[in-house]
Amino acid sequence: MVNSFNTLQYESKKLGVMYFTVAAILLGAQLLLGLVAAIQFIYPSFLFEILDFNVARMVHINALVVWLLYAMIGSVYFLMPDETGIETVGIGLGKLGFYVLTAAVTVVVLVYILVQVGPASESTIWLINEGREYIEAPRWADIGIVVVVLVFLANVYLTAIKGERTGIMTVLMADLMALAGLYLAGMFYTDNISMDQYWWWWVIHLWVEATWEVFVASIIGWALIKIIGANREIVEMWLWIEVAMLFGSGILGIGHHYFWIGTPEYWWEIGALFSALEPIPLVAMFVHVMYDWGKEAGVKKAHGEEAVMNNNPAFLWFVGSAFGNFLGAGVWGFFHTLPQVNIYTHGTQFTAAHGHLAFFGAFAMAMIAMFYMGVQATNGIERMKMTFASKMGFALICIGVVGMTVALTIAGYGQVLVERAQMGATWEAYFISQNGHWFLQAMGWRLVMGIVTLVGFAYLVYDLLTIGKSKVQNG
Amino acid sequence: MSKKVSVWADNKFWQRSAAWVTGFAAMLLIWLTFDSMGQISMGTATELNNGVTKRVPSPTVINHKVTYEMSEKRGHEVPVIGGKELFFGRDDYSEEEAGALLRLGKLGIQAKNCMNCHTLLGNGAYYAPDLTKAWLDPMWESYIARTEKSTKEEAIAEFLQNPSMYPSHERMMPNLGITAEEAKGIVAFLKHMSSIDTNGFPRNFGRMQGAIHGK
Repeated sequence: MVNSFNTLQYESKKLGVMYFTVAAILLGAQLLLGLVAAIQFIYPSFLFEILDFNVARMVHINALVVWLLYAMIGSVYFLMPDETGIETVGIGLGKLGFYVLTAAVTVVVLVYILVQVGPASESTIWLINEGREYIEAPRWADIGIVVVVLVFLANVYLTAIKGERTGIMTVLMADLMALAGLYLAGMFYTDNISMDQYWWWWVIHLWVEATWEVFVASIIGWALIKIIGANREIVEMWLWIEVAMLFGSGILGIGHHYFWIGTPEYWWEIGALFSALEPIPLVAMFVHVMYDWGKEAGVKKAHGEEAVMNNNPAFLWFVGSAFGNFLGAGVWGFFHTLPQVNIYTHGTQFTAAHGHLAFFGAFAMAMIAMFYMGVQATNGIERMKMTFASKMGFALICIGVVGMTVALTIAGYGQVLVERAQMGATWEAYFISQNGHWFLQAMGWRLVMGIVTLVGFAYLVYDLLTIGKSKVQNG
Repeated sequence: MSKKVSVWADNKFWQRSAAWVTGFAAMLLIWLTFDSMGQISMGTATELNNGVTKRVPSPTVINHKVTYEMSEKRGHEVPVIGGKELFFGRDDYSEEEAGALLRLGKLGIQAKNCMNCHTLLGNGAYYAPDLTKAWLDPMWESYIARTEKSTKEEAIAEFLQNPSMYPSHERMMPNLGITAEEAKGIVAFLKHMSSIDTNGFPRNFGRMQGAIHGK
């Protein structure tokens, strides 16, 4: 099934690479707009009433969500021929979907930046933006997304039914159905803000802390087989255990978002218990990757053979992701998940610190690894090695994101203690904390680390474009 | 791997376990969702007038005074809906009128993308103050004088229409083209949001003013 030689012999893989390309461009947009927002924290007059913080921040987080979804769809198209052994059934329709989605995303982003806000009416929600964090896309785009995703889902199901259906494909089929279905929970309007946020979390939480986690677990499973030749039965057994643990903790872990939005007190206990369990599968995932890596290398060594390593840079990013997921989502999430802590930390820079490291570790790193899988296939390289730029890209992006996270955590401490604990969360309390010396210093470091991340991204892009032709591949 | 050593090394066993665990968690979430839906559905004017406590009260709460007080029983602060209070000169908004204002305000906070600077019920962005209890913020007292208005609601509405004319700090709110009517709706939305029972979030709101800086 999985052919260890990574090439573009299937159209489905070419479509995957098309998705990766747009994803990488949107990642660039995310970083640039993040930079604008980071500058505004220190110089509030920067682009004031031209490109305000709310616009910069909206594009920053929307580009994040959309590039990850692009990379995820691309990953599935990319790995499907390996798993099913056949070409994707409706590949023509899949490509049409790609162009429709890309055109829609372009229009949405241009409207965000050029129109920005509209009058207080349903027409704004239909045409400009929905004003709901992460899923701001206007309703017309929501409907377009649903149509394109239906085409994608049909492709996944029909291909898996026609070809071979592996354990990884089975998990992906169930997971993608849930992921797509949950989007519908964000597609209605209500006057009741508590009701609004209740269902909004069904999309956001059940995506990032349940279905997306299972998704990356599947991708990492496939990558272990593809890159280091891991044993499929062991990989798939681990995958099922991870699905049980991720959904077992993550689904009811949604309770940690229902502490303070008007919902009843029982969510304190449910949210605390299940979200405290959420780091466990993330530890397991990291242990699994390290275990399989060591085991496969050890078995080969015992037979006097060289260990299999088909794609060094991709594997580096995958291992980084397994650890980053545990650190960012697991540790930084647990920091503030208990209601006794969260009543003070909820909605502060603490949340931003966690958000940065969790999205990066859990999803961005795994998807950057997939970019390298795509580059390997595009260039038809049997064993892709790292270049200097691969290492610089990885090192600078990791230092940058971890640096931003540490800076935001320190800013968060200052904010929580001064604004929340000491002064009681008012307008004045907020600004006293924001203008605190240590807070501003931390925000300065965040900006520096953001620039480091951007330089790392430049190395990454350069590497993705040139690694295939690099001399290191001939050695 | 063809020989079955134990159930613990059997993929089918783990596949079934994953399905059962996921199914159980999902069913429990759906069941709790039904309960939560009942508890956070918006109350009616009749309930409000009869003193029935709802976690999310009727929009007619804008006819009443809202405060945020410590509850000995619950161990944290809760919103308390008091007697009648004028809101833009009236305290007799019908359920339809108050509901229409609330709808305008809720559409407004979405259309103006408030959530990508502020937090609402603690969710959103962290560039501007949390709005959960913004209606009760002591800062508005100074804005009544600054905007030369006689009431808090008029001062807030004036601020929302020309925010960069009345900055509180170097980091200012931009002009979002909010009209007078939209501003009125947004103030109604903020007053209504302050009456939502958020289990004591934010804690000690406004209580510690002056605790530092010798004020």
